[in-house]
Amino acid sequence: MRGETSITGSGIRDRADLLARFMIAPAVLYITAMIGFPFIFAILYSLSDATTGDPSLHLIGFGNFRAVLADPVFRISLKNTFIFAFVSQTLVILLSRILATALMAEFRGKWIIRFLVMLPWTAPISLGTIGWLWMFDSIFSPIDWIFRYTGLLGTPGALLGPMQNLYWLGEPALAMISVITVHIWRLLPLATVIQLAGLSSIPRDLLEAAEVDGARAWRRTLEITIPLTLPIISIAFLFGLVFTFTDMTVVYVLTRGGPIHMTQVLSTWTFFKGIEGGDLAQGAAVSLFMFPVLAGIAALVLRLARRSEVV
Amino acid sequence: MANLEIQHLSKLFGEVKAVDDVNILTTEGEFLVLLGPSGCGKTTLLRMIAGIEAPTSGDIIINGQAVTHLPPRVRNIAMVFQSYALYPHMTVFKNIAFPLRTRGVDRAKIRQKVEWASGMFGIGHLLDRKPRELSGGERQRVALARAIVREPSVFLLDEPLSNLDAILRASAREELRQFQKRLGVTTVYVTHDQVEAMGLGDRIVVMSQGKVRQAGTPSEIYQWPADTFVATFVGSPPMNLIEQGDVLLGFRPETFLPAGFIRDSPEVVTYPFQVTWIEYLGAERLVYGDIGEKCCARHVVSRLPGNISLTIEAGQTYPFTVLKQDIRYFDRSSGLLTDKGRI
Amino acid sequence: MTGARTVVRRGGLYSILSIFAIFSTFPFYWMVIATFKRDHDLFSPTNNPFLFNEPPTMDHLRLLIFETHFLTYLLNTFLVGMAVVAITLAVAVPAAYSLARWARGWGEMFGIGIFLTYLVPPTILFIPLSRFASVLGLQESLWSLILIYPTFTIPFCTWLLMGFFKTIPRDIEEQAMIDGLSRLGAMVKVVLPLAVSGILTIIVFAFTLSMHEFIYALTFISVSAHKTVSIGVPTELVRGDVFQWGPLMAGALLASIPVAVVYTFFLDRFIAGFTMGAVK
Repeated sequence: MRGETSITGSGIRDRADLLARFMIAPAVLYITAMIGFPFIFAILYSLSDATTGDPSLHLIGFGNFRAVLADPVFRISLKNTFIFAFVSQTLVILLSRILATALMAEFRGKWIIRFLVMLPWTAPISLGTIGWLWMFDSIFSPIDWIFRYTGLLGTPGALLGPMQNLYWLGEPALAMISVITVHIWRLLPLATVIQLAGLSSIPRDLLEAAEVDGARAWRRTLEITIPLTLPIISIAFLFGLVFTFTDMTVVYVLTRGGPIHMTQVLSTWTFFKGIEGGDLAQGAAVSLFMFPVLAGIAALVLRLARRSEVV
Repeated sequence: MANLEIQHLSKLFGEVKAVDDVNILTTEGEFLVLLGPSGCGKTTLLRMIAGIEAPTSGDIIINGQAVTHLPPRVRNIAMVFQSYALYPHMTVFKNIAFPLRTRGVDRAKIRQKVEWASGMFGIGHLLDRKPRELSGGERQRVALARAIVREPSVFLLDEPLSNLDAILRASAREELRQFQKRLGVTTVYVTHDQVEAMGLGDRIVVMSQGKVRQAGTPSEIYQWPADTFVATFVGSPPMNLIEQGDVLLGFRPETFLPAGFIRDSPEVVTYPFQVTWIEYLGAERLVYGDIGEKCCARHVVSRLPGNISLTIEAGQTYPFTVLKQDIRYFDRSSGLLTDKGRI
Repeated sequence: MTGARTVVRRGGLYSILSIFAIFSTFPFYWMVIATFKRDHDLFSPTNNPFLFNEPPTMDHLRLLIFETHFLTYLLNTFLVGMAVVAITLAVAVPAAYSLARWARGWGEMFGIGIFLTYLVPPTILFIPLSRFASVLGLQESLWSLILIYPTFTIPFCTWLLMGFFKTIPRDIEEQAMIDGLSRLGAMVKVVLPLAVSGILTIIVFAFTLSMHEFIYALTFISVSAHKTVSIGVPTELVRGDVFQWGPLMAGALLASIPVAVVYTFFLDRFIAGFTMGAVK
């Protein structure tokens, strides 16, 4: 029976237990110092009246939270953070499933399709988003050009309206759609990769046995493929949620939170208040609202990771 | 002088006694086999001798020096794992040379020793290959060559033949034994295969649930098993055991023959044997059936040599006999060999 | 399956793949076009944006490389990336080994704990960290980034490497110890060489993660010459409210594509490590 090997040897190089502790210590210390510590400070700041002018920790209780909750921009950011995350990720899961299924097939030029499909994820976030800035530009948008070209826009009776341009980033509803589109664009590759891994891990035997048993393609998908890949789909969904929920980059580069704060999210609002605005205390308070949701997601991921011994 | 000495060795994993107060003394050059079913503690025992598992209590003494708490590298032992554990990123030459390099032997000497070791196993032509290019049998020889290149005091083997095809196994067994005799290194060999154990061992240590049940030569273990566990573990088919009062009577299938094949004498016990099933195996026939009253019939096996062409049919009852001197007696409650109840 | 049905199926497959490929690549295609299009062509809404209506130009590239700090940004990004990789390797390799091999009970917990650190995002930590940075005098310095970036590279890289180390059989290490190495020696001389693939993967991964990072860089650095490419391009190529589209797109393009190529190369290994951790 094999168990933990712990030998008392003639030197430290032999002592498994001591070596283990030494080897893991740097990681533990680093994480505690650079994540644990600041996290505690974030909480402390949120309960204080610190600003960059007077950064001393002067505890004042929950006043910041009350002020933050009363702030209409905060309420918009809270709402948007959820909307952007959930809408984009739901669509991502559906789309990535289709793409992953398509990528399971054998075809020529697979590697180049893979490269192209992965690009949104493998390119730096801010730089990829810059590409979309142009796509959504109020005057030069190629998307609008296509709409004008096909007659959907720009003429008196056109489907999308008689104006020359849709103000993708200037109109609140369209701005939200733009942000969601960029999130979908960016996270589709990651979700596809995860789904591919899940789909390839289903033993062919199972599907072949089902086929022999007379199940048609849709039934095989519904009753075998989906249940077996559910754990991994959920993981992809939760990861995507975390990435969009905490994202600041896309909104910052695309809209700066505009127009008039209509696309603010908790992360950008924290940045504008806490870093640019110098109000450390309120900034910290805003950011902490993200934590409960993240903790909930963490618990779910853990439960799933435990249970996914399916295949 | 004894080479390897194990004194009161125990290993606990939590509450479980994987190895329970084991005592073994080897003689120099002996081929000792640790035999038992999986989970009996034989591999754990081997690993403690090697030094990759720390004992909970007890001592291990190699060549007179207590090594119980010393790391493997100072014990002057060599080990072959069941998986052979060849370094995949090194050539065969480098694999075999490794134990010498770690000890700072100079390059000329290394070359000489590697050639000697690989020559012993006929793998001299494979020195530039990588492990993944070798067959199972070739890999095993590389592992063995690596083990002997240092000329260790004790040689440990953990089921090294179980990964080989059945056909290879018999010839590998023979080679292994011959090479060990030639080198004269004390060897401890772990296996669950009792045929292998009987074929290879100078002495066999039969283990079960962490304890040593019996240690002895193959003949001692086979003819005079110390308890019912050894009696039924060694020998295939196992020894027949039937109840008689508070004693179990045991006799090996090959000692249970049709009446008339053993000269009739008062030294013989006869049983009416109702045959239920016969297996024809070419060299022998295994006859399965029951003896005793219908109410308490015991299932026994007879091993008929192939050259006895007596007709035996299922459903019939025949008188079968066994020599009294072939019967062993075991205490019903403890399972130990006893003198009680002799017929 | 009849020939006609196969054709329809293939047709369907290719159209789906094309749609996704176009969707993913659109903005990059754009970057390529905008990099080489003359301003006059670029900024006329009636011109077909997909084609070069006037001959292409190298002006934007020239401006980007010679008249902005772009090359400095690339250098900064590279230096930070290399330093972060070094720190990540130094911390994650021993930690992953130790967790994969030695710690049964508390190892699993540590593994999960390390993973959970991802749930405290930069946007919660950057406020206190910005104070720490200015207290330590690291404001505006690349060292602040080098110090902070490992917070998101170490956890994942440790987790990835754990999966890799677990695939190396214990037998080989034990054999090495019997053959004369100490425990530590066995790890360094036998296990690490076998884990090269995993180590390469995390080098690529840590480098690309630090290259992509935006939030901390934006928070800590505002001096143009110290910026990384991730924040430099979006912030410095804007004069007031006017976007210098040509150079902007050129910068985005040049900084994205090489990384994407290398990353895609290592994607298979990265996925293997990821799913080893996630599904098992």
